Parts: sequence; C-alpha cells; structure tokens
Amino acid sequence: MKFIDEYRDFEIVQNISKKLREYDREISIMEVCGGHTMAIHRFGIPSLLPENIKLISGPGCPVCVSGIGFIDNAIECSKINDVIITTYGDLIRVPGSKSSLEKEKSRGADIRIVYSALEALEIARSEKNKKVIFLGIGFETTAPGTAVTIQKAYNESISNFYLLSTHKIMPPVMEALLNDKVKIDGFICPGHVSTITGSGIYDFIPEKYKIACVVTGFEPTDLMQSIYMLAKQINSIDQKVEIQYSRAVVKQGNIKAQNIMNEVFETRDDNWRGIGVIPNSGLKLKEKYKSFDAELVFDVKVSSVKENTACICGQILRGLKTPKDCKLFGMVCSPENPVGACMVSNEGACHAYYKYRNYE
Amino acid sequence: MNDFITLNHGSGGRASQDLIKNIFIKSFGDNKTVLSDSAILNIPEDRIAFTTDSFVIDPIFFPGGDIGKLAVCGTVNDLAVSGAVPKYITASFILEEGLPVKDLKQIVNSMAEQAKIANVKIVAGDTKVVHKGKCDKIFINTTGIGVFEKDYSYISTGEKVQINDKIIINGFLGDHSVAVLDARNEMDLKSNVESDCACLNELIQNALKADMRIKFMRDVTRGGLATVLNELAEIINYGIELDEKNIPVRESVNGLCEILGFDPLYLANEGKVLMIVNAEDTNNVIKILQKNSLGVESKIIGEIVSDHPKIVVGKTKIGGKRIIDMLQGEQLPRIC
Repeated sequence: MKFIDEYRDFEIVQNISKKLREYDREISIMEVCGGHTMAIHRFGIPSLLPENIKLISGPGCPVCVSGIGFIDNAIECSKINDVIITTYGDLIRVPGSKSSLEKEKSRGADIRIVYSALEALEIARSEKNKKVIFLGIGFETTAPGTAVTIQKAYNESISNFYLLSTHKIMPPVMEALLNDKVKIDGFICPGHVSTITGSGIYDFIPEKYKIACVVTGFEPTDLMQSIYMLAKQINSIDQKVEIQYSRAVVKQGNIKAQNIMNEVFETRDDNWRGIGVIPNSGLKLKEKYKSFDAELVFDVKVSSVKENTACICGQILRGLKTPKDCKLFGMVCSPENPVGACMVSNEGACHAYYKYRNYE
Repeated sequence: MNDFITLNHGSGGRASQDLIKNIFIKSFGDNKTVLSDSAILNIPEDRIAFTTDSFVIDPIFFPGGDIGKLAVCGTVNDLAVSGAVPKYITASFILEEGLPVKDLKQIVNSMAEQAKIANVKIVAGDTKVVHKGKCDKIFINTTGIGVFEKDYSYISTGEKVQINDKIIINGFLGDHSVAVLDARNEMDLKSNVESDCACLNELIQNALKADMRIKFMRDVTRGGLATVLNELAEIINYGIELDEKNIPVRESVNGLCEILGFDPLYLANEGKVLMIVNAEDTNNVIKILQKNSLGVESKIIGEIVSDHPKIVVGKTKIGGKRIIDMLQGEQLPRIC
C-alpha cells in the first residue's frame, strides 16, 4: 500500500538493525508516546535491537495517566437526568473505582462513542433537550480539536454542550521524569503531539539535561531510524533535538492549532496517575468559556480512591519498572480484567506488553 | 398483505398463516409442502453434525449480502468445516413490529437462494413478532444438520495435527467487517469492499473428496484469524508460526485498518476457512481450492512448529517477531 509499504521495508529495517550493532554502550531510550509503545510491539521492534539498547515505555497513554478520578466523575455525570456522555472509544472500558462507562451503559445510562469532539457537538445540536458532556482527553494532539469545538459552541451560543477535561500537555511530565530517578539516555519524542507543538518544545531537554531527543514517526522504518539517530547522538558529545518524522513535523509546529488551544485553554496543576501532581501540566477552559466547563456546571466531584497497593503502574509510567516486574501482570491483571490503568488502553504499556509479549 | 409486519403476524392466527404461506413456503417449500409441527427427516447415517447460530447483524443489508444470506451461510459453514455435508436447516425469525414486508421478502429470498447454492433444504421454521423497539428489525436463528461421508470427527478436535503441517486460508481477510462498517456509514469512509459471505461446503468437499490430508478446519468468523489460531494452539500443544507477509488482505481493507487502528488478523469473515494440511498435500490442496471461485486467492500462511507451544507467533513484514494473542474485548459489535 502506498505511503505504508515504503515505511515497512524489510531491507531497510534489517540494514538499520545491523548498523545499530556498531554501538555497544548500554543505553536506555524512552518512548514517551503510547502510540509508539503500540507500534514498537506490533512490529516486533525489540526483537530487532541489540541487547545493549533498552526501550522503556513512558507516560504517554492519556487514558493511563488520567486515572480513576476522571472516570468516576464521568460516571457520576452519566447518572444525571437528561445527560448524554460522549466519549472516545478508549475510555469506555476503563475501570473506575466501582464501575466503568461500559457497565453504566448496560444499566441504561446514555453513553455514546464518538470519533471527534465535533461529532459530540452535533449530538448537542440535534438533541436540544439533552445535556451533552464530551469527555476531553489527550495531549496536544487532541486538545486543538476540543478547542475548535468549544469555540464553535460559543459562537453558535449552544447552551447544552459541556466539556469534562482531562487534557494534558507533554513537556512538564518529561521534565518531571528527568528530575526523578529515571535513567534515560534519549527520548523518542511524540510524533502526533509534535505536529501541533513543533519540535521546539523539547529544546530544554538537551540544553538543560544533556539528553538526546528525536521526534519520531510511527512506522517501523521511522522507529528504527530514530533509534539509530539516538544511538549516534548518545555516543557523541552533541545532544540536540532532531526531527526524524520530517514528513509531518516542523520546528514551529502548527501555529493555527496552537493559537486555538491558547485561546480556549489555560494550564493548571494536574494529577498524573502514578506520578503525582505536576505544575501547569493540565488544560482547563479559560474564564470566557467557563459556561461549557462540566466541572463547574455539574457538581459531581468524587473523592479520590486508593488503588491496589501491589499495582506498580506508577513506577512503570515513570520508566522505573517494566510490566514484567509486576506481580499482578498477566495473573490478576489482564486486558479482560485490568487492575491498573496501564493495562486498560491499547496504548498502555502493560496492555501492549500483554498483547505482544516480546517473543525471545 | 400489509406493507409492514404487525403484531398480528405473530398471533398464530390467519395473518400468521398468510405470512407463512406467502413468504416462507413460497421461498423455502414446494407445492407439496404440508404444514405440520415438525419436519420428518430421513437420515440413514448413525453420526450427524448438528449446529445452531443466531444472527443479529446491524445493518440487515450490507454490500455483498444481507442477514438472510448470512444466516444460511453461517450454519452451512459450521457444518462444512466439521467435514460434514450440510443437509437440512431450520430457520426461526424474531421480527420487530413495523418491519417492511418487502425487506422480509428480500431476506427470505436470499436465504432460499443460498440454500439452493449449498444444496440444503430449509425444513422447519418459526416466526414471532415483538413490539416496536423490543428487537432491531429482524433476528434469525438457524439450526443445521449435516451428514458424514467418512469419519471426519478428527477435523473438529485437531487430534491429528503434527509439526510441519501447513496453514492455508482461502482468500482475503477482513472483507466482511469492513463491508458492514461501510454500510453503517458512521464515518464517511468508503472502501467499496463487499462482504465475503458465502457457503463454503462445495469448496471444502472438493478438497476432502480428493483425499487430501486435511487435519483441522475452522471457519474464521468473529475474533478473526488470530482467535481461531489461538484456539487451535490451545488444543494441540504445539506452536504456530504465521508469515504475516503471506496473509492475503486487500489494500482497501488494510487502509481502513490503518485509519481506524484495527488489525486485519482480528477482523470477522463470513466466507473464510482455515485449514491445517499435511505438508506434502499442501500444493495440491491449494490447486484444488484455487479452482473454486471462493478459493482463488488461497495461500499458505504459516505452519505448525515445535517451538513456543500453545503460542501463536507472527513473523512481521519487517522481519521482527511478535506474539499474536486472542482478541480482547469486542472490536465491532453486531457483525453477524
């Protein structure tokens, strides 16, 4: 298939795999983005790397880092009369502290899967007697879509549309990891996030922490090339931000999308599951748009709950441990019956490990 | 007759009789059909294959078929992959009040057409009508009986499967899922793919009659190829290795999978059979399958190996290896 097969070329991948063996230093590379975790396992990338190159999965699965409180809030909202919850499909099976959206749907709550925030707004337009709440989740990739929708709702004076936001941004959590004890020699930087933000947001990483960064695409040749670029950088004295995914990412990013995001959202301190509160890492609606903020309109704050103490999702999200280190992994905790958040979403590190357990 | 199904059509009285005569008997029966409480079948064999399946697909019409065609093919295929020759089918209908009678006619006609193609008789049936909103347009249950010309009971159990046996699939994967997705029209994506929904009994019998050593068969429906192979791996205690570059998937199906994040190995099919065949017979089986229009794209896609027992491993197109696990959760609800 055009624009796919070129990036899945056997020869190219094998050649890079050979070239990687030029470097024998032990290095740890973190893929921050859940989409990368998924692709790495789907194509069997670890089986193509020399033993001295270790990939660790970072906190880039939005579903995983948002955690139980957000789901509990959404569930509480779904119990309010005349409320329709609209959500991306990933969230529907995520366990909250007592239930999931899927279970609430089977009990009669009006919960609908949408593919975009605009689709949710369309539901609000056509069902004026209902209150439509959109569950806004994701990093800089999905936040502009949510922002455009809020702007449209504002301009059209739609009064039955609301946003429950757990949108987050990437740079603060990357910095938090670097300030933590995590051993990272290089970052495979998110591809889709960077189409919006540009690669400039990572400049502080080599400047301040001397850590290599490569903005990467999602195909096997992208990943292999990036790992090679990182190995080369790590083995040199010159750490910088490089763009491997140059067919989609430029340094300044998508200015229009950034402007819309900045117009609608402002940052707030936000809780990352397993990591804790990170200053200015979450997005909430600005004052001008507060009538759309479900948190303000519907008073459904639930208290935070304790998680299973044996679950090491927090350490996995920080790259300190791998799913294989977890006592619950594959035994008590599986995609069918997830205990920790990393097992829930397709992009979660545990889910990806479970599904594509590296064949060695 | 009315243009729409009413509760009266399920009453058991005059309207029910009219419906049976004008629609079901007209399509399924012959002039000599006498309505009685059960069909009397003449089955000389002491061993039969017996199966049942319910169909709730949404939408009821889709590119390449409808719920009626699916209901016959599904049951015929369940019998055929056991090595049996499908003979008799029953059909039970649950109709929603308000279903257009012309839709019912079209569905019943395509059932009759498939039954003719598969050389099976529809010998008994039932109809119930429920209030509007209590079911979605039409649900169908079919039950089937097939007879064995030889003792093929090992085909269902997989007990003869050995290391080095080859894995064969009779064509492109995922067409049914994508056709149904297209028909739902939820995403403004058009692929022009038709469902592969078809009766496989002739294709399968051709290979069996040629005395090919076919050791295991399954129709690859919900859960896709990955799920069937995992079920097999669980039974046989050997490993399974797939060569992903040889797995036939249409470009348009692949494209849609890329956009939506699906893996074609997990998509549903309604006209695909997976065969495990003795290595020496593999090329002959492929030749026999390719002579039938439902097997033109038949391919060898993998083999049974001694490594990694009970685990299905895929050699990816880039030369990596990954574990192919069973489908977790529901990829697309109401696909059949």
